[in-house]
Amino acid sequence: MPDTVQPIRFGSNSGQPVSRRDGIAKVTGAATFSADNSPANLLHAVYLPATIARGRVTHFDTAAAQAHPGVTHVITPANRPDVQGDPEAKPTLFSFRVEILQDDSVRYAGQPIALVLGETLEAATEGARLLAPQYAAEPVATDLDDGAPFDIEPGGFGRPQGMVHGDIDAGHAAARQAIDVTYETPAQYHNAMETHAIVAEWDGDRLTLDVPSQALNMSCAAYAYFFGIPAENVTVRSPYLGGGFGSKAIPIGPNILAILAARMTGRPVKLMLTRQQMFGPTGHRPATRQRLRMGIDATGALTALDHESLSASSRFDDFFEPASNASQGLYAAGALRSVHKGVRLDIGTPGPMRAPGEASGAAALECAMDEMAHAAGMDPLEFRLRNYAETEPGTGKPFSSKALRDCYLQGAERFGWDGRPLDPGQMRDEAGLLVGWGMGTALFPCPMFAAEARATLRPDGTALVETSAADMGQGAWTSLAQIAADSLGLPLDKVAFNAGHSSLPDGGVAGGSGHTATAGTALHEAGCDVIRQLGEIAATDPASPLHGAGNARFVARDGHLFIEGDDSRSEPFTDILARAGGAALTGSGKGVRPPEVGQEFAMSSHGAVFAEVRIDPELCQMRVTRLVGAFAAGRIINPKLAESQLMGGMIWGTSFALHEKVTHDRTTGRIVNADLAGYHVPVNADVLGLEVITVHEDDLHVNVLGVKGVGEIGIVGTVGAIGNAIWHATGKRIRRFPIRIEDLLTA
Amino acid sequence: MSFSLTLTLNGAQRDIVLDDPRVTLLDLLRDRIGLPGTKKGCDRGQCGACTVLLNGKRVNACLALAVTLDGAEITTIEGLADGDTLHPVQDAFIEADGFQCGYCTPGQIMSAVGLIAEGRAGDDPERIREGMSGNICRCAAYHGITKAVQEATRRMDAATKGDAA
Amino acid sequence: MIPFAFLQPTSVDDALAAWTPGAAWLGGGTNLVDLMKTGGGQPSLLIDLSRLPGLRDIEMSDDGGARVGALVSNADLADHPAFAARFPMVAEALLAGASGQIRNAATVAGNILQYPRDAFFKHLGEDPLDGDTTSLSILGANGPVAVHPSDFCVPLAALDAVVEVQGPNGPRDIALADLLAPTADTRTALAPGELVLALRLPAEGATFAGHARYLKVRDRTSFAFALTSAAAALRFDGPRIAEARLALGAVAPTPWRVAEAEALMAGQAPDADLFERAAQTALSGAVAIGDTGWKIELARRTAIRALTLAAAHTPARLPALPGSPFAAQAKDHAHA
Repeated sequence: MPDTVQPIRFGSNSGQPVSRRDGIAKVTGAATFSADNSPANLLHAVYLPATIARGRVTHFDTAAAQAHPGVTHVITPANRPDVQGDPEAKPTLFSFRVEILQDDSVRYAGQPIALVLGETLEAATEGARLLAPQYAAEPVATDLDDGAPFDIEPGGFGRPQGMVHGDIDAGHAAARQAIDVTYETPAQYHNAMETHAIVAEWDGDRLTLDVPSQALNMSCAAYAYFFGIPAENVTVRSPYLGGGFGSKAIPIGPNILAILAARMTGRPVKLMLTRQQMFGPTGHRPATRQRLRMGIDATGALTALDHESLSASSRFDDFFEPASNASQGLYAAGALRSVHKGVRLDIGTPGPMRAPGEASGAAALECAMDEMAHAAGMDPLEFRLRNYAETEPGTGKPFSSKALRDCYLQGAERFGWDGRPLDPGQMRDEAGLLVGWGMGTALFPCPMFAAEARATLRPDGTALVETSAADMGQGAWTSLAQIAADSLGLPLDKVAFNAGHSSLPDGGVAGGSGHTATAGTALHEAGCDVIRQLGEIAATDPASPLHGAGNARFVARDGHLFIEGDDSRSEPFTDILARAGGAALTGSGKGVRPPEVGQEFAMSSHGAVFAEVRIDPELCQMRVTRLVGAFAAGRIINPKLAESQLMGGMIWGTSFALHEKVTHDRTTGRIVNADLAGYHVPVNADVLGLEVITVHEDDLHVNVLGVKGVGEIGIVGTVGAIGNAIWHATGKRIRRFPIRIEDLLTA
Repeated sequence: MSFSLTLTLNGAQRDIVLDDPRVTLLDLLRDRIGLPGTKKGCDRGQCGACTVLLNGKRVNACLALAVTLDGAEITTIEGLADGDTLHPVQDAFIEADGFQCGYCTPGQIMSAVGLIAEGRAGDDPERIREGMSGNICRCAAYHGITKAVQEATRRMDAATKGDAA
Repeated sequence: MIPFAFLQPTSVDDALAAWTPGAAWLGGGTNLVDLMKTGGGQPSLLIDLSRLPGLRDIEMSDDGGARVGALVSNADLADHPAFAARFPMVAEALLAGASGQIRNAATVAGNILQYPRDAFFKHLGEDPLDGDTTSLSILGANGPVAVHPSDFCVPLAALDAVVEVQGPNGPRDIALADLLAPTADTRTALAPGELVLALRLPAEGATFAGHARYLKVRDRTSFAFALTSAAAALRFDGPRIAEARLALGAVAPTPWRVAEAEALMAGQAPDADLFERAAQTALSGAVAIGDTGWKIELARRTAIRALTLAAAHTPARLPALPGSPFAAQAKDHAHA
C-alpha cells in the first residue's frame, strides 16, 4: 500500500554527514550532565549496598554513622518515610520492582539497604561505611546450574514468547546432517561511562529532576506514581545522557530514594552511583545457556532450526533474555522452533541491554551456523546465502525491504572474503601469528513507539522544533534537527532544536533502535503541518504569487514555498508570514506506525559482519585486527553519526566476544570484579581496522522517512563473527563467551 | 582542621580553603569550585574520565588528594580553548566524531593533549591507541578518537614548524 | 574514607620524625588513595612525601649502574633516555603497566610497594577461591594468595635491584627480592616507620642491555593486569650465553626467580630446547590453586617467549605496544 505512505520529502539536510550540533558543548565541558548540577543548599546522598545476596540485615551502627561530622540523616528501613506507591508495583511499561528500603530483606548483592545524607560527599560516603551492617545470610544461587529451569509464561516486556513454524520433529528427521551444540553467555552490565545520577528538588508538590533518562515522559509518570502526585508535576531535565544502552530507560530504586530524601529534608539532594554500584540495582544482560539443533538436507538447505535458551532472572521479578528470538526471522528453515526457559537466582533483576535477545541469541546462532557450514563443507557465506529468506521465515510475510544480500556481497568484497580457506588453522601473518576470518549475520527489528513534536515557524524565517527526545550519544540533537529542517524546507542553521526536557511534546523512548524513526516521524509531521498551514495562507492571499493554488501540493525549499512541479511560482516564508500579520505558525505531529503496516510486513534492519583475528599461537592472546560491517537500515539521516554508532555497536560485539563477564563469589553472591579494572571492556588499543558500509535501502513502509535504526544492530552479527574467526584461526570451537586465553590454552 | 592552598587553575590563581583532607582534586573541581566539565566515571583511576593536566602532565584527578596540591598548576577541559577558538584537539574530535555521548570526552581530550605533549606517539595510530588506552569510551568511539589525535598531532606539528619558519 | 591527619614535611628527617603507628606514606597516591576509598586501607595520618627534596633525581653512575629517587614517576623513569638505554626491559615493563595517566602520577617506590589486587576485597571476607582465580599465585604461596601486581618489579628482580631505606634505626639497603618477600604478618620487609628513599640498579644489569625484554600476557591489549609476564635478559659471549636472568611476574606474591633456571643457560647456545628447560626449571615448584592450572602452562610459554625475544635483540626503539605479544607493528588498514 505504498500510496498511503507520504512521499519522502527529500531535502538538502538528510543524508549529510553533519558534525554533531552538540559537539562544541561536549568538547569544551559545557555540556551539562545530571550530576554536574549543584543547586544551592544541596545535600549529598550515598546508599549502602548489601554485601550478601540473600538474607536479612540484622543490625546497623546507626549511631556511628549519625555521629560522623557532616552526616545529616541516616535512613534505614526502620525510619524510612512512607512513599505513596507500591515498590512491588510496576507503574509504567519499562518498570521493575524496586528496592527502596521497604523492609530488611536482601534479595541480591548490591541492593540498597540504607541511605546516608551529608553536607558533603565525603561525609555521606564515610557515614554509609560506618553503618557496618550485620546480616543473617542465607545460601545463595548465582549460577545457571544453581536453579531449576522452568517454562516462561509469555507476557510482554521481559517474558518472551516462543514460536513454532512447521513440523520441527519432521525437520530434524529429514536432516542429512545435523548439529546439536550448546553455547553460554555470561551476565553483563551496561556500565555507561556516566553512572546513574540524580539531582532531586521539590517545590511544594512539584518535583524537578536532573536525571539521565531514555524516556523522559514515561519517567515522570513512574516517579509521580511513587510520590502520589500527577505526572505533570514532575519535570525531568535530561539534555545529555552519558550513555544509556537500555539501563536508563528504567526508573531505579536509588533515584526514588533520592527523591524521597529531598522531600524529607526539604533540600535538593544529589545521588550519583559509584562505579561499583553500577553492578547492582541497574539491570543487566542476564546469563544464558542456549542449545541449537540444526539440520540440513543434501543441498545445504536448513530442514530444522531449533533454538532453546535458558535465561537467568531474579527471584522477584521477570526479565528473561529473549535469546531464541534471534532465530525467528533470519534463515529460511523448513521448520523453526524457539523456546525460552528461565531460572531464578539471587541476582538483581536483569533488563534490556543493547540488543536484548539478539546479541546473546545471535552469538550462539551465528556460531552454530558456522559449525553447520563447516560440517556441510560449505563456505559460511555461501551457506547463509543458500538459506537466505526472501520472505519472513515461518510467516511468509514480505519484508518491507531487505538488502541483506547486498550487505553480504559488499561486506565480503571490502573484507576480501574470497580466497578464505575452508579449513581452520591455515593462515599466518608475517609475524607468525595465527590469522582467522569469520562472519556473522545481523538482524534487528525496527519498532516504532510513539512520539509527539511541535514545530514553530517564526516571522524571521527561522524555526524552533521541539520534542522531549533524549540524546545518549546516538546523535538526536543533530539527526532529528536534520529531519525537522527538511520537513520545513529550511537550511539546518535556521532551525533551532529543543529537546531533553519533559515539558516538551513527548519524544517517546530512546530505545529499541526506534528513536530516530519515531521522534523523527513526529518532527517530520510537525514540519509538514506548518508547511500545510503556510500553504493555506498563501493560497488564499491575493497578494501572494501562490494565490489560488489551493488544490496543488506545496513544496518547501530553502525558506521558500513552491508549487510542486512549478518552480516559477514561489514565495519566501517571511513574506507570507509578514502579510499574514507577522505571527509565528505552529504545527504539531505524531510519530506512530499504523498497526496494519506491521501486520502486512516483516520489518528489520540487516547486516553482515566480517572479522579478522590474530592470535599468538603459543600465548593465545587474541586481537581483533579487522572488522568490516555492512548494514542495510533504511534511510541514513546522518552517515557520519550512524557509522559511529554502528562502529560502537561492533566494538560492543568485540567486548561481548572477548571481554565482558561478571564473576560471583559463590559464598556471598557478590560480584567480585565489580569495577572497570576487573570488568573489562575494550580499550583503544583493542580497536583497529574498523570499517562500516551503509548499504542503500529504500523502504516505503517502515515509516514516512524510510528510517529503520542503527543503534543496536552493530553488536548482533559481530559476536559470532569473532567467535568464528577464532575457530578459523585455531581450529578450536569455544562455546562459552567471553572467549579467554585460558579457553584456547586448555581446549 | 583546615588547609589553605593556592592553585593556578586554568591560568588563574585560586586561593582555596579546604575543611576536609579527603577531598580529591576531582571532587574539588566538581563540587567545590564549580567546574563540572571534568567527569567522574569510576573514581578509581580505571577509566580516565577525570583526566586533567597537573603541572602539564595528564593525571587522574580522582586519585589526587587536593590537600597535596598547594602551588600546583591545573588545566581542565574548561581552560583548554582560547576564548571561542577551540584547541586543535577539540576541533579534531568534532571533525572525526571522536565521541558519542560525550561523557568521557573531556578526559579523552585532556589525555590527548597530554599525550601529544609527551611526544610519545607522534601520528602513529598504533602508538596513539596504546597512549589513549587509559581512557575508556563505552560508546566505543575509539576509531574517531584515534583519527582525531592523529590529525591534531599533525596540525600542531605543522603549526609549530610554521612558527619556527 | 576515614578522616585523617595530614602532614607535608619538607625534609626526610621531619618525615621520619612524623611517623607514628597508623600513619602511611603518600607518594603518587594511585594505589593508596584507591585503597583508602575502597576501605582496604585506613591510615589515621597521611604523610605526603611530595615536598621532600632530592627524591626525584635519576643518577646514571659512571660504573654503568643507576640510582633512582623514590619519587621519580614511572613515566619519567621510562622516558629517561640514558636509563632506558641501560635497562631497556625496565622501561618496557614500566610502559606495559597501567595507563599514561597512572604512570605520570605513580612513583617508583609506590609501584614497588603497591598492594596486591585482592586487598580490595579481602577485607570484605570473601574467599578468593570462590571468585575470579586468575590473580592467584601458583608459586611461593601457601594457600590462595594474590600475586604481586607490578610489572616494574619483575625486571628489577631480575637485575638484582636494591632499595635504599631510612628509618628509626638509620639507613639500610634491602635487596628488592628480600623487600618483597612477604611473611604471614607483613606485606614487605620494611620495618615500621621505614621510608624508601631510592632504588639502585647495579652496573652489571646494564651488561644485558642488548638482549633484554619484558613480555606481558593480558586479557586485553592494554591497561590490564598481567595474566603472566616475564623479564628475560641475556649476555652473550660470542654465540653462547654468558649469563642469563629470568624473572616471572603475576605467578607469585613476589617476582619469581629461580637460580637454577638461570644457571643452566650459562655457557649454552640459545635455542628452543634450552629455553624450554629453563622455563620448566623456573616453574618446577608451581602448584595449581583452584582452576589455575592453565596459568602454569601459560607462564612456561611466556618465559620461553621472553627468552626467545631477548635472544634476538633489544629493539632500537620500544615497540608501539610495549610488552605485548602484538608488539610487532600491526598493519593498519583503517588509517592507511
